[in-house]
Amino acid sequence: MPRWLRKLLGTVLTIAITLLGLLFVTFMIGRVMPIDPVLAVIGERATQAQYDKVFIELGLDKPLISQFLIYVGDVLQGDFGRSIRTGQLVSDDIKRVFPATLELATLGTLFGVFIGVPLGVLAAVYRGTWIDQLARLVGLVGYSMPIFWLGLVGLLLFYGILGWVAGPGRLGVFYQGIVPERSGLLLLDAAIARDWTVFKDAFSHIILPAGLLGYFSLAYISRMTRSFMLEQLSAEYITTARVKGLSEWNVVWRHAFRNIRIQLVTVIALAYANLLEGSVLTEIIFAWPGIGQYITTSLLANDMNSVLGGTVVIGTIFVGLNIFSDLLYRFFDPRAK
Amino acid sequence: MTKTNRSLRTAALLAALMGGVALPAMAETPPNMLVIANRIDDIKTFDPAESFEFAGADVSRNVYEKLVNFDPLDLDAGFQPELAESWEVSEDGTVITFTMAEGHVFASGNPVTAKDAAFSLQRAVKLDKTPSFILTQFGFTPDNVDEMIKATDDKTLVVTLDQKYAVSFVLNCLTATIGGIVDMETVMANETDGDMGSAWLRTNTAGSGPYKVVDWKPNESVLMDLNPSYGGETPAMQRVIVQHIQESATQRLQLERGDIDIARNLSPEDVASIKEQDGLKVVDELKGRLMYWSANQKKEMLTDPKLLEALKWAVDYQGMADSFLNGQYTVHQAFLPLTFLGALTEKPFTYDMDKAKAALAESGYPDCGPIEISVREAQERMDIAQSLQNTWNQLGCDVSLIVGTGAQTLDRYRAREHDIYLGAWGPDYPDPNTNAGTFAVNPDNSDESGNTGYLAWRNAWDIPEMTQDTLAAVVENDTETRAEMYIELQKQHQQVSPFGIMFQQIEQHGMRENVQNFVSGGATTAASYWVVTK
Repeated sequence: MPRWLRKLLGTVLTIAITLLGLLFVTFMIGRVMPIDPVLAVIGERATQAQYDKVFIELGLDKPLISQFLIYVGDVLQGDFGRSIRTGQLVSDDIKRVFPATLELATLGTLFGVFIGVPLGVLAAVYRGTWIDQLARLVGLVGYSMPIFWLGLVGLLLFYGILGWVAGPGRLGVFYQGIVPERSGLLLLDAAIARDWTVFKDAFSHIILPAGLLGYFSLAYISRMTRSFMLEQLSAEYITTARVKGLSEWNVVWRHAFRNIRIQLVTVIALAYANLLEGSVLTEIIFAWPGIGQYITTSLLANDMNSVLGGTVVIGTIFVGLNIFSDLLYRFFDPRAK
Repeated sequence: MTKTNRSLRTAALLAALMGGVALPAMAETPPNMLVIANRIDDIKTFDPAESFEFAGADVSRNVYEKLVNFDPLDLDAGFQPELAESWEVSEDGTVITFTMAEGHVFASGNPVTAKDAAFSLQRAVKLDKTPSFILTQFGFTPDNVDEMIKATDDKTLVVTLDQKYAVSFVLNCLTATIGGIVDMETVMANETDGDMGSAWLRTNTAGSGPYKVVDWKPNESVLMDLNPSYGGETPAMQRVIVQHIQESATQRLQLERGDIDIARNLSPEDVASIKEQDGLKVVDELKGRLMYWSANQKKEMLTDPKLLEALKWAVDYQGMADSFLNGQYTVHQAFLPLTFLGALTEKPFTYDMDKAKAALAESGYPDCGPIEISVREAQERMDIAQSLQNTWNQLGCDVSLIVGTGAQTLDRYRAREHDIYLGAWGPDYPDPNTNAGTFAVNPDNSDESGNTGYLAWRNAWDIPEMTQDTLAAVVENDTETRAEMYIELQKQHQQVSPFGIMFQQIEQHGMRENVQNFVSGGATTAASYWVVTK
């Protein structure tokens, strides 16, 4: 068997085992929790006969392991079951809520990368100066401020008082249903339809929550970038480069920064994965119908089908981003090839 | 400059530009559109045979007409003719014959007939979803309902009951969400696997009410447009949008900015702020939800009547209502909510530690004993539980709280494993029996009966006589006598029951000054958008 095929099969097997394990743990937690899934479906007013009927319909009369195997079989056919809370198929729910989170997280990560990376580099280059202090302050605030509080203050200031941005939700009530839904990403769909009014409204809605999430990932990314750069800038090859008479610009960006790209990729991938997991509090404050809010409210309502479906999606994203960063690792580091 | 550098610079510039974007927000909503912020994450279905949640009931009331219904501008008048213009009751009181009114048309263009009414009620019984008990309590079963509820022609619907009931009881039940009449032809055209259109009606509507649902995104929004075939007066609001906004502070900001007309879930702090502002107002409405504690009669100590009396005196009713529950609840101590037929206004218990201690001294447990209060992890319930813990501790009891999720707490309650349960109860339909039939009825107190639907059973309170008295009230056809019967029942219940009813909910709606006639349904029904003007 060729080496590449062996590697590919190994990767696929690892992914399958990881996801199966994730599914097993989540499924078992859902089943052993001391709450009754039948009541979540029928409510507290139902009769005993209705209770018994739903108990059997949910397959709860079968042994736990059989329930799990049946569930895995259904999942393999793309059937995550029906959400107790929304009454919809979980797959349909996820198709609806995940693009909202994807759009928000992507924009937030872009903020974080395009501001956080240069800031971290500058902080390292000008270590100990006001630039460095500023970068550290930004990082410290980003790490210590509760996102719930910052979100409300942001909403109050930029929406309530200044009126610079639109309010909660993904789109103004007057613009809903105008643009045909293709990807579920409103900005992209509006751009495809060339409806710039809708695009502007969607942008006005996303800018504040994305900026907020971006700020938090910026804080993380800039701190890590600074740390990686400091390590590189104190290395001997940097001294050599300077002795050779290279400009500071070339020393920093062509030599030092080049060598931290590999670590940065991992940091950015993790930051992105965290945002894709959904920032529950941000989603609640901004009435953003994303996957974080979906999983959390489902969990509180004991809607285990939704929780399991969401967990599989999040798990797949984490695994996918890990593989992606591995691939980039190979791309940036010739030794890994 | 390297490629990476150029990319970084371009991106940094773009990021700086994005940060400076300033887009003006809307100043107010259009005059023919009503925009509401509400918590609507409880909507699971629009099917009137299955829908049993608050937000779902709001939608249903505006989409489906019923045989009889409440006038939103005169809720105290009780049920009024709607799809049925009149009804006659047989001499033995077991057959009600409805005559259908003219001029009612479904959104599809199909006229509403008695056959649609029969189909809708039969369907609700056959599907046997949670709210079906509202109809099956009259003896309908999936097997007999085709015979018991019959359309003899397009204008006449004959409903046969298993025994005589107060007509007001039957008709009140028909005003509940489950009494919504669906378009038989449209629904059956969308039937899959013999589900009588249940899957389709989960996300679609087929009613003859003022509005039809045109878009629903779970946990996001419901959009309703006028039903072009609606037979009544054309509503002023041509479009109604209900947005799911979880946070009170966010709802308040939207209201202040003019992006919404009505905010329905405001905290006392936000209500106070809105009251101060020009152009905004707060409208209070008494709802049907009661807050109560109850003592499990399986616990020996809690069966002592004097100990129960002591606990009832040692509750700081007014203190709670004036502090953390400010404006959101009023003190109420009877099982029928105010505005219900036969509601008792008397409040025999006040916070009186002397009386409480005297009663405890007379009980068989003068040292009281350990008491656990089972409460779900929700702010207002936790606040109430802590107040009870404080005052009962002062009485000399050793009180602790068992905090859990709603499901955990409910599980324990239904399993009769609690000491004291702190919870809320809302009426299922606008008839006194809805609460009397659970607070004061327990047909079989045995564990085997599993009568979890009765609150009296959940507290193991065995009351054969009170059960008989309560059941007697549902067959009394003279309304005044019936009201008197409930008043007497409540007086007795206040004194002897293991229930400590404390508060009735008030809903405080923040709205723009120009919004008129918004009625969220009071204690008896749901919101009515068709009478709103701006």
